Amino acid sequence: MNTKKTVVLVCLLLGLAVTLGADSTVLLNAAGATFPYPIYSKWFNVYHTEHPSVQINYQSIGSGGGIQQLKSGTVDFGASDMPLKDDLLGQFSFKILQFPTVLGAVVPTYNIPGVQAELKFTPKAIAGIYLGTINKWNDPEITSANAGVNLPANDIVVMHRSDGSGTTFVWTDYLSKISPEWKSRVGSNTSVNWPVGLGGKGNEGVTGLVQQTPNSIGYVELIYAIQNHMGYGLVQNSSGKFVKASLASVTEAASGVAAKMAQDLRVSITDAPGATAYPICSFTYLLIPVKISDSAKRDNIKTFLHWMLTTGQSQVEALDYARLPKAVVAIEEKQISQIQ
Amino acid sequence: MNRFRLLWRKSLNVVMLTLTGVAALAVVSVLFLILGYLIWNGGKSLNWNFFTQLPAPVGETGGGMANAIVGSMKLLLMAAVIGLPIGLMGGIYLAEFGGKAFSFAVRYTADLLNGVPSIVMGMFVNLLVVVPMKGFTTVAGGIALGIMAIPITLRSSEEFLRSVPVNMREASLALGASKWRTIASVVLPAAKGGIITGMLLALARVAGETAPLLFTAFGNQFWSPGWKQPTAALPLVVYTYAISAYPDWHRQAWAGGLVLLALVLMANIGTRLVLSRGGAARSV
Amino acid sequence: MGSHATAVERAPSPWAGRTLLRRLAEGDAVAHTVTLIFAASIILITSLLVYQLWISSAYSRKTFGWHFWFSRVWDPVFEHFGALPFIYGTLVTSAIALIIAIPLGLAAAIFLAELAPRKISDSISFLIDLLAAVPSVIYGLLGIFVVVPLMRTIIGPALKSALGFLPIFAGPNYGLGLLTAGIVLSIMVVPFIISVSREVLLTVPREQREAALALGATRWESTWKVVVPYARAGIMGSVFLSLARALGETMAVTMVIGNAALIGTSLFSPGDTIASMLANQYSEATGRLYLSALIELGLVLFLITFILNGAARLLILTTERGGGRPA
Repeated sequence: MNTKKTVVLVCLLLGLAVTLGADSTVLLNAAGATFPYPIYSKWFNVYHTEHPSVQINYQSIGSGGGIQQLKSGTVDFGASDMPLKDDLLGQFSFKILQFPTVLGAVVPTYNIPGVQAELKFTPKAIAGIYLGTINKWNDPEITSANAGVNLPANDIVVMHRSDGSGTTFVWTDYLSKISPEWKSRVGSNTSVNWPVGLGGKGNEGVTGLVQQTPNSIGYVELIYAIQNHMGYGLVQNSSGKFVKASLASVTEAASGVAAKMAQDLRVSITDAPGATAYPICSFTYLLIPVKISDSAKRDNIKTFLHWMLTTGQSQVEALDYARLPKAVVAIEEKQISQIQ
Repeated sequence: MNRFRLLWRKSLNVVMLTLTGVAALAVVSVLFLILGYLIWNGGKSLNWNFFTQLPAPVGETGGGMANAIVGSMKLLLMAAVIGLPIGLMGGIYLAEFGGKAFSFAVRYTADLLNGVPSIVMGMFVNLLVVVPMKGFTTVAGGIALGIMAIPITLRSSEEFLRSVPVNMREASLALGASKWRTIASVVLPAAKGGIITGMLLALARVAGETAPLLFTAFGNQFWSPGWKQPTAALPLVVYTYAISAYPDWHRQAWAGGLVLLALVLMANIGTRLVLSRGGAARSV
Repeated sequence: MGSHATAVERAPSPWAGRTLLRRLAEGDAVAHTVTLIFAASIILITSLLVYQLWISSAYSRKTFGWHFWFSRVWDPVFEHFGALPFIYGTLVTSAIALIIAIPLGLAAAIFLAELAPRKISDSISFLIDLLAAVPSVIYGLLGIFVVVPLMRTIIGPALKSALGFLPIFAGPNYGLGLLTAGIVLSIMVVPFIISVSREVLLTVPREQREAALALGATRWESTWKVVVPYARAGIMGSVFLSLARALGETMAVTMVIGNAALIGTSLFSPGDTIASMLANQYSEATGRLYLSALIELGLVLFLITFILNGAARLLILTTERGGGRPA
């Protein structure tokens, strides 16, 4: 009887301990894009160290997931690489504000046994690969841009996203701009009807698939390719130059749009003009409700946004994301005051 | 002719019987292969950090699964609170009180519930709990797991209650005890061992479920205080890490898998040993 | 009928005039009611589940009707949803799983029921039951890091060189795909086939075996031609049970199947099952129609497993009640 009593007591105490969480902590839950996940993960970690009473739990489930969960009200804010157009905004029962956070690049990463060189991809090559019309690595469209590289006659294994993804949106947005066939056949969205290929979950999943599958190609955010030591190709931009994704080339792509963003922060910077601009990059956005009833949450979100635009920006380049243009930062600082 | 045919039949006999032995051996060796792989790949990552630290930011090495382990325990606690009483009480009803038609309905629907694919259960609890509560919570995850634990608990409770000999009940009634008193003081204690093992098996089964947690518990980088916040869980983290590209995450996935499997197997082995010693051994 | 002098007086009701006992009697009623409520809650929960799935899928059912089942297109952009690729993937992977698991499982069950001494049979059964307890995500983990490379480097090329002319083994071999998912599933369902088949084989009366042996049959012939057919219904039941399990399996499948909404004729091609795609797409289905279509798929999966489970139980019951028909 004694042991039974002590067991029950211990269980009760454990239960109590586990239930009485640190209730003074402000807990924010967010979900969305995997594109900026490495920098968000870093930010929320650093922010928590600087503000121990605030915990921002971010689950990287893809931009589609971020949008949907924000719509259902199950998270406090969302994250998406795809800016929300008015028709999608109309589906929300409340108004939201979109805050660009960083600039990132989507790169074609590949795993070809025996090929160490950096490959050059023309827009036609990428479109053909993803449409399924180009299916061998030694196709003339690819070899003509890569003289001197011994490309094998192997089948190309195409990887794409299996979940609703903003990275997919950026990729397909670019493809729609440079390939009329893609635009009419597939279109651009967070989730599309892929003509060919296998699906991986999240940027993490696609990186994993390409890493483990010989002769494969996939599209991932730059930092995923770098962190996993995988080769990624150069892409030919609208000026005809083959450009490698880098801080400089991404910043260049965004340089023309700062003025436009004063009207509307939702812009597409794929296939941007500029000799040194990388053609497949994007802003990524935090989706914040305009009205936040919980005052603790509201104040902390606003404080975080200020932090993100100042201290946070100084940390992005270490992870190969480009900083927001100064003009955009100024526009966003003003937008923060709209949150009530 | 006859002799040839006899030889053929005899050799066929030996060959086929040997093959059946090989089949059994092959299946059993899969279990050891799984264990071996997990121990080999996960064992070296099981250190103090793994059990006590929170996950590190994406891409950085180090960190651990402490919050996932605690999260799983909380979810199991919730599942036990929800699923086990319903299963036990339902089992008592079916074994002691049940009317024919209603009992049939209860057993039938419990079977139905048992057959629900775990992903559909997750969707159901999401629609029922997460969306109205406007948030992913440990409660929702616990409810999903708890509902999944009901059919197993129900069936094993009923079985072990029924296996208590009739003369024990009649002796109690003859001494003047009422029915409920008989159940509480005589039948339940007699069936106690089997019932508890049934409950542990149910919990071990739901502890490894991932799909129902995808849309209910959701996951958490940090500690999840209380019950109304999203929480990390061991199977969820193993899944997320396994499909990624980071070698450090792979390493941790193996370790997490090992911990999960060890817990599930220990529960299964422990309960079945207890059952077989008690003499009543029935597979669920 | 006149009253007898020795008529026994009706015993007074034991509860009469005994307030303590009356309270206890009410306690009985209370116990009855309380446990009844709990039992009824099970019916309530299940009904709620079916109801919720039904009404949440109403929009999709109304929009697409029966066309949903035969359409190959899953296009969230243009909002065309068709379930055929996922039904195909579900059926193919389950078929592969059963083709592998049934011979393997039945053979092992025969060994355990007929040949092995009781103690060894019990211990091996115990170990195989443990295999059934391994969580799905662990099978997925091993699938990604063990089975997929194995398929890509050894099994795939071997199949291709031997049988590559067949359309089911044509096409590129990625390691991931329908075949890999089928193989992982087969390992997950084989314990169910073994455990249930072993039990039904054990219930076959000794007379059947002995009669066959007395007529001059070899051990194998007596098993294969007499005992197994006798237990046929129960073995079918175990197959249905395993099929139901395979259809609903989510995590292990989604980690190795390639997640492509395709209908590939080759077993090496990637595909998707209903459960796997629900896991991937449910949390991000924006738009009423998209969400409704996903829930409709969940409802269908549930109905199929329900029917299979019911049939399985019936079949197993038939054998256990000694309903084996003479061959």
